[in-house]
Amino acid sequence: MEILLIIALPLLGAGLPLLTERFGRNICAISAALGPALSLILILQYIPALLQHQMFFLHQPWVPQLGLDFSLRLDGLGMIFALMILVIGLLVILYARYYISNKDSLGRLYALLQLFMMAMLGIVLADNLLLLVVFWELTSLMSFLLIGYWSHSTEARKGARMALAITGAGGLSLLAGALILGQIVGSYNLDMILNSSALIQSHGLYPVVLILILIGAFTKSAQFPFYFWLPHAMAAPTPASAYLHSATMVKAGVFLLARLYPALSGSDLWFYLVTFTGLTTLVFGAYNALFKHDLKGLLAYSTISHLGLITMLFGFSSDLATIAALFHIINHATFKASLFMAAGIIDHETGTRDMRRIFGLARFMPVTATVAMVSASAMAGVPLLNGFLSKEMFFSETLKLDQLGNFSYIFPLLATFAGIFAVAYSYRFIHDVFFNGEPNKDLPIYPPHEAPLYMILPMAVLGLLCLALGTMPNLLVSPLLHAAAYAVLGTDIPRYHLAIWHGFNLPLLMSFVALGGGLLLYYQRKGLFAFYERGYRVDQKVVFEKRIQRLVRLAQRCTDAVENGSLQRSVAVIITATLVMAAIEFWPLGNILGEIPLTPIDGISVIMASIMIVAAVVTVSSHHNRYAALLALSAVGLVVSLAFVRFSAPDLALTQISVEVVTIILLMLALFFLPQLTPYESSWRRAIRDMVLAGGAGIAVGLFTLAILTRPYDTGLADFFIANSVSGGGGTNVVNVILVDFRGFDTFGEITVLAIAGLGVFLVLQGLELSVPRTDRHGRQWTRDPYPIIITVLSRMFFPLALMVSVFIFLRGHNQPGGGFIAGLITAIALILQYICSGTDWVRQRLPVDYGRMSVVGILVAVFTGMGSWLFGYPFLTTTFTHLHLPLVGDIELASAMVFDIGVYVTVVGATLLMLSQLGNLAQTIDPQAETDPDFTSEESR
Amino acid sequence: MEALVAVVIAVLVSCGVYLLLRARTFPVILGLTLLSYAVNLFIFVMGRLRSGAPAVIGSSESYADPIPQALVLTAIVIGFAMTAFLLVLSLRARAELGNDHVDGSAAIGEKPSKPVRPLEEDEV
Repeated sequence: MEILLIIALPLLGAGLPLLTERFGRNICAISAALGPALSLILILQYIPALLQHQMFFLHQPWVPQLGLDFSLRLDGLGMIFALMILVIGLLVILYARYYISNKDSLGRLYALLQLFMMAMLGIVLADNLLLLVVFWELTSLMSFLLIGYWSHSTEARKGARMALAITGAGGLSLLAGALILGQIVGSYNLDMILNSSALIQSHGLYPVVLILILIGAFTKSAQFPFYFWLPHAMAAPTPASAYLHSATMVKAGVFLLARLYPALSGSDLWFYLVTFTGLTTLVFGAYNALFKHDLKGLLAYSTISHLGLITMLFGFSSDLATIAALFHIINHATFKASLFMAAGIIDHETGTRDMRRIFGLARFMPVTATVAMVSASAMAGVPLLNGFLSKEMFFSETLKLDQLGNFSYIFPLLATFAGIFAVAYSYRFIHDVFFNGEPNKDLPIYPPHEAPLYMILPMAVLGLLCLALGTMPNLLVSPLLHAAAYAVLGTDIPRYHLAIWHGFNLPLLMSFVALGGGLLLYYQRKGLFAFYERGYRVDQKVVFEKRIQRLVRLAQRCTDAVENGSLQRSVAVIITATLVMAAIEFWPLGNILGEIPLTPIDGISVIMASIMIVAAVVTVSSHHNRYAALLALSAVGLVVSLAFVRFSAPDLALTQISVEVVTIILLMLALFFLPQLTPYESSWRRAIRDMVLAGGAGIAVGLFTLAILTRPYDTGLADFFIANSVSGGGGTNVVNVILVDFRGFDTFGEITVLAIAGLGVFLVLQGLELSVPRTDRHGRQWTRDPYPIIITVLSRMFFPLALMVSVFIFLRGHNQPGGGFIAGLITAIALILQYICSGTDWVRQRLPVDYGRMSVVGILVAVFTGMGSWLFGYPFLTTTFTHLHLPLVGDIELASAMVFDIGVYVTVVGATLLMLSQLGNLAQTIDPQAETDPDFTSEESR
Repeated sequence: MEALVAVVIAVLVSCGVYLLLRARTFPVILGLTLLSYAVNLFIFVMGRLRSGAPAVIGSSESYADPIPQALVLTAIVIGFAMTAFLLVLSLRARAELGNDHVDGSAAIGEKPSKPVRPLEEDEV
């Protein structure tokens, strides 16, 4: 479990700095350091055992169907990376405390850094390849957010997007590779994969797997040709650059090479792909770094170059080269993070990072200068510093290669060439910035000052580490390196010796050539810079942005081809697609009519059906005259409710007829605010197309209905409900028992939808201002007497009667047709009648109810009824019932489902009235002197 | 009788779909209402056509299938809620846009495609 805590603590701690930000920067920084510090303590406890080559595992199934387990492993390799992540992470937290200005949110930076830390620790501790990919993607996301930290800057946003696009694409490639690899091995467990080297490499898909995984690693570690995102990632705040883009995240790629080294390495393909990619990157990065005038740009290209060096060492596939690679990973993290911090300090104190403007800072910032010189010397590979040791190992490994036969000398040659440039750019960093004359007075901040002590401290710690590792490698780093190498190479670790002095040999000569050549190169730089400036260079950002824009345009064209913003067209496409799919599926049916004979037709049914058909057709044919169409529509609805009566569904008939009333009133109210006429604007082509579609849809549904109705069906479910309605639900009206008892949860969902729709109507109508004509479309004035006395009096007489009917319908609902839905609708209609006949104000004075609240109360009643069953130890919405005998009234059944039904009733009344009264309110607020709507007049004249 | 029911449903669907394809909001809402009648009837008759056999225990020898009835009962109510919401949306749209075209403007859809404005270098 403690391994899990190593990852989880930074995650848990991520929220702290956001909460403590208001208490000042110190508290914020301390709270941010809390999680990582505890993680570091945890991992330190494991070190003695890890040095004895023990491994620790945690296994937790996550999605076992996919082979995705939350399994972690802590071995030597994970250890050195985790130490790097946590130690440098803590130093960066201290550094950022002083670096980030008061304008920006320190808490946000800390939260992102810790989330990144969690993801990065996840990569190095994952024991499941898929889990590793998950964390891998998380680091890409965090890197995106950190690069874009200053989101007001275009550079930052573009840099962030480019980094995400490249590393994200690499992550997808890695995922594909991981999936194939898992299929080959039969498991995503790293132990299984690492032990299946022979199986993997003999498999036909090995080249595919290798290339996909390498693309993942190379994009993350900024290898050629995917390197270009890293220089643009320098738009991030310097603490993030020091941490993510030099010390840790870009090492995830080489970590992956190390992690999968036992499984994938050793083949020729591995050698050529990895070595040459690394070599190209090494030389390319070193060459370009020299010519960057931006401090961070120089460091970014130098990082690319060093990552190339590490990659190349993994490509060599020899044990010593692997050890050298691991060693250089540690060394590079120390000196490069330190140099980034120095660059940040210089930026902070002078206001610029342009080396053409900064000179002679040594006098002003002696401590920074000293530390930077130590770190830069380590980067250059000066003896007595850690960079020298691993670089020497690298040089000696390049001499051992013989894969290219007589041409193998190009490896040491190009390595020395890159070494020369590395010395030159390291020297430039020191000489240009700290010496080379007096600082310009036109610096944004003049005179520069030394940075605060605690801002220098993290950089100094890392600088000292360079020195310590360089002078006492065996004491400090050998055991750790040995444990890591054991985790990568297995048992057979070759004898090697980290020594400062190996005697006079070829690698030493190469080092001296690099040092001498580098200095020489730097002092001849004028001609070289001119040569570089003349050269043809591509700005990758412009290329990238242009491609992105081209992609966006392509996507836009594709979208436009399918969807041009016209609803009519979309609906037509949907209906056509549905028809085509239905046709494909039902074509094999052959005979439409099934084996069950048709039942006889009676005359009344034919008459009713004819009325319905005529009414529907009239609705369509008269739809340009909206009022007429609405009347025809209501006729259809009435016949539908009669159809329910005819085919043994009294509950449906009652519901339909009450909903019908409410719907038509609603439509009439709305029509008051809409144009009364629909203009003739469809072309005849459009009309024919629509007729064909509509006819097709109708025929399809009709045939489908006929086909089903003439085939047998299973009544098992129906029989179950009929048999259990009385015994299980205590009611004889099966439909109602299903609604409030058997499927009460569905009903609960449905009344919730109803209430939400009511609130939606309420919200949409908020602040709506509609203009209403003074006359109808024939120019007649509206009546001066909106509430005629006769209808008002009659409606008031009806009101108590209607309420009584609704109570009756409600009470009998469990045993006879009726129930909460219908009773609610009847009550609503009775109330609406009052609104219509007596006006909103009249009703509101007498019934001051907030209908929105009422509908919510209804839902709450239903919820609490459902939860009531928990008190008795039953699941949600379990019902119970009993019979009560009252004198005069007779046998009354009390079921808990009835309370639920009350909830339904209240919701239906509340939601329905919320909708209608809101619409009615609109009509009340009209200014009777409002101008005639231009829409009406224009249509009038048509 | 089955054929009659099928014809009725077919006509309702046809009329509903035709109105659904109209360009103004009110006819579209009428079309949706017609279509929901058709769909409710369709689901209802999936329990087959039974006469004089309501699903009330003790009222007759055999009973119609209560499940489609229960489904349709809630469907009717929710269909009403949907209609109300759409209607209000159409009112709002008319108030905000000044017309009752389903696309917010009669002009959309007649042009071959929206003009694509190339992104500026700075605008990302």
